[in-house]
Amino acid sequence: MRVGVITFPGSLDERDAQRAVKLAGGTPVALWHGAHDLEGVEAIILPGGFSYGDYLRAGSIASHAPIMAEVIDAAHKGMPVLGICNGFQMLAEARLVPGAHGRNDCGTFVRRDQKLIVENNNTAWTKDFAQGEEIIIPLKNADGRFVADADTIKRIEDNGQVTFRYVGVNPNGSLDDIAGVSNKAGNVVGLMPHPEHAVEPGFGPDTAAAMRSGLDGLKFFTSVIQSTLLSKA
Amino acid sequence: MSSHVADTVENAIATPDKVQPYGALGLKDDEYAEIRKILGRRPTSGELAMYSVMWSEHCSYKSSKIYLRQFGQKVSEKMKEKLMVGMGENAGVVDVGEGWAVTFKVESHNHPSYIEPFQGAATGVGGIVRDIISMGARPVAVMDQLRFGAIDHPDTPRVLHGVVGGISFYGNCLGLPNIGGETYFDACYQGNPLVNALSVGVLRHEDLHLANASGVGNKIVLFGARTGGDGIGGASILASDSFDSTGPTKRPAVQVGDPFAEKVLIECCLELYREGLVEGIQDLGAAGISCATSELASNGDGGMFVELDHVLLRDPTLTAEEILMSESQERMMAVVKPELLDQFMAVVNKWDVETSVLGEVTDTGRLIIHHGGEEIVNVDPRTVAIDGPVYERPVAYPTWIDALQADSADKLARPTSGAELKDQFLTLVASPNLADKSLITTQYDYFVMGNTALSFPDDAGMIRVDEESGLGFAIATDANGRYCQLDPYQGARLALAEAYRNVAVSGAVPAAVTDCLNFGSPENPEVMWQFKQAVAGLADGCLELEIPVTGGNVSFYNQTGDAPIHPTPVVGVLGVIDDVARRIPSAWQDEGNNIYLLGFTRTELDGSAWAGTIHNHLGGVPPVVDLNQEKELADLLQGAAIESLILSAHDLSDGGLGQALAESVSRFGVGARIWLDEIIERDGVDAATALFSESTGRVIVSVPREDDVRFVGLCEARNYPVLRIGVTDQGGADAKLDVQGLFEVSVDEIRQRSNETLPKYFG
Repeated sequence: MRVGVITFPGSLDERDAQRAVKLAGGTPVALWHGAHDLEGVEAIILPGGFSYGDYLRAGSIASHAPIMAEVIDAAHKGMPVLGICNGFQMLAEARLVPGAHGRNDCGTFVRRDQKLIVENNNTAWTKDFAQGEEIIIPLKNADGRFVADADTIKRIEDNGQVTFRYVGVNPNGSLDDIAGVSNKAGNVVGLMPHPEHAVEPGFGPDTAAAMRSGLDGLKFFTSVIQSTLLSKA
Repeated sequence: MSSHVADTVENAIATPDKVQPYGALGLKDDEYAEIRKILGRRPTSGELAMYSVMWSEHCSYKSSKIYLRQFGQKVSEKMKEKLMVGMGENAGVVDVGEGWAVTFKVESHNHPSYIEPFQGAATGVGGIVRDIISMGARPVAVMDQLRFGAIDHPDTPRVLHGVVGGISFYGNCLGLPNIGGETYFDACYQGNPLVNALSVGVLRHEDLHLANASGVGNKIVLFGARTGGDGIGGASILASDSFDSTGPTKRPAVQVGDPFAEKVLIECCLELYREGLVEGIQDLGAAGISCATSELASNGDGGMFVELDHVLLRDPTLTAEEILMSESQERMMAVVKPELLDQFMAVVNKWDVETSVLGEVTDTGRLIIHHGGEEIVNVDPRTVAIDGPVYERPVAYPTWIDALQADSADKLARPTSGAELKDQFLTLVASPNLADKSLITTQYDYFVMGNTALSFPDDAGMIRVDEESGLGFAIATDANGRYCQLDPYQGARLALAEAYRNVAVSGAVPAAVTDCLNFGSPENPEVMWQFKQAVAGLADGCLELEIPVTGGNVSFYNQTGDAPIHPTPVVGVLGVIDDVARRIPSAWQDEGNNIYLLGFTRTELDGSAWAGTIHNHLGGVPPVVDLNQEKELADLLQGAAIESLILSAHDLSDGGLGQALAESVSRFGVGARIWLDEIIERDGVDAATALFSESTGRVIVSVPREDDVRFVGLCEARNYPVLRIGVTDQGGADAKLDVQGLFEVSVDEIRQRSNETLPKYFG
């Protein structure tokens, strides 16, 4: 399965996302922000980073990049799209997922091994998790505070669009401890923590078992890749 | 274009007696006379600007050169084997095998970071990263060595928050994992914090690039950010009446960083290298265009012609002199074959990087710069960049040092009861220099790139270079200013030994050295003596360990008022590991493993953290360092790592065994039972010394019970002192450190004491 990973100027984690796709059994395809071409991919990842230096607002300029026209169109047609950190901010700016992001309430960039709970395993990117599963995924951001108006919060809670919530520590002051959300259809998911950094033994977050051993991120990618492979088989 | 009319060569010839502000630009009378002699006339204002910045201490190393030569002289054949590029280039390059090379360097950004901590530190990271790019490498990691004033001084939070914020902002935006560093507090750094930045890059052998302008007709291209009025050292002078009053007034001397521009520049440069579009390349750092043009031309085989009007400006009112001296960040200068220029432009356009062709390589042997159609610079580039002044400054044995060395810590009261030992153990754990640094390190991303095998708080950072084979490097830096104050020769060797040991405990083989030599004023003969001693100590030490110094940086004039900082030679050691899967973490993770202490403990408390923290004392002579023994220890650790006999290894340094134990139990919350009796008996020391002495050549390792016999056999076969001093114990809420017969303390309490110090002052 071909999974596109888009590089914007200032993208940082695109090689990590490509590695994660490969480890999950897919074929990563590097896509360029300035092209109007998805090159026949079946899923798309908007990687983390500081696209356009986070100028104006994080994710704002990137959400208007040429290729985003095709991404938005494909998302509306049901293609799985995952936005990680800066990618999440782009999805919010493009109105593909609800909410917006403010500066972390602590005022600084935060990097930590973050515990999350899977609140909805019925999305394209969370199928391989158990409902209510607790996972550890690295978090690293400066503008990660999820915000939305009260009506939106109620709506997404009612619709099951809150996909992940922070457990134990809310690292950035996000409303309702929300770490990730999906669109109503469940094909588009955005989250602040970085699943692509928890896919390879020795390079992931610390777990109770051992240093840098966390692999919980892999299921994001297998959820899309393996189910597509199965449906083709 | 600027309305300011630059001083031309013709004008300089016509007005030989014009008074020039060379003194205010930092040039001495004899230096100015030398410039006149070289040129056979007075310099133009542009030439004066170039000479003044390039002959500054920072760019010319005029006070340190005669000593730094030792790093090239005290070398054995073995030290040259893996060295692909040595000192003098933007950064040294070391062959790490499998066709890969690693380039690394540490540099200072001390003075800007005191004036404007955020931008000073940010651009420090940016500058060292551009050095790495200009070698043809992809930067893959950064580290920072920070020294602040007293933790409770009212100005320290301003500096710390700014510096850490700047590093976090710039490094994280570049997507470079920050994998380690140092943070120290000492009143001697109050008015002069040290902000050193280290970067490491990797490249294939064939991608090596050098800074030289060769090939007549090749184009000189400036690309990256536009040139602005920031970072002009002598700006207030240049814009003053002595030059011309029509120019802009005061310019900030501190540069302003844009990490987004640099990130794009990195990717753009790597694509240019991949496509083979660059003949020579140089980053623009200190002295900006003055430095880049004169160095490229000096290292090439001809001359260079540049039209300054083609420089893209952020501020069109800049004068020619300011354009020559501007230290605007995120700029590179490349030498490009004319037939490849279109392809070059296609790549920079793809990355939206602004670019202009400034001129070309010539066969004149001269660096000629035009502005507004007139010749404003016409010099032999070597006289600017290479053949600057060299000083043999007066050196004097410090009047105070004998008394300081006589004031040993041996006379200080040492605790004997368990309660006293526990109290001092916890006081040390909570002391600013030993306390947990997460308040700082949680602001740094170490995950990005997915190749970080070890990072803080491990003793060394480790990065995978090759995803297939697992080949990687480890890197650690150290400097103990207190030891260097007591004895700069030994202090430098101790810094080297500790960095070397920190790399060895990670399972890597130490291979090369970089250094950042932070000292007071070279015009103070006692400081010059400290410098001379430290360089000799480091060069001798490297020869003994047979690892070469590949490059580095000297920072003088670090003083608070007239008081120089403690000499602080930061030493970075790079090691190579065949497969990062075999790395050794620095703390234990499971219960039931045996804990061994390697090495002897002597009564060495002079200059220690214990003497400083408990008694506010600095005196005596630093610990003995036996580099041959360090080598044996490193070999032993590698042998044990290859046979997978050890689960963790942690070097003993600041705070001694007590601090190493505290860190080992706190990291993963796994307790330990420790007995000191055998150390006390074998080494003839008391309990306090066993816990707090900072003797070198020591490491604690944890070994699975089933490998006990083999491990002890390995140590005995190599005749390295080894003692079983305990076992790892249960983790969880009841985890504790039990120093048997003396005291027990819960892991929670150790963590709490360690974790509360920095937030108390900076939270």
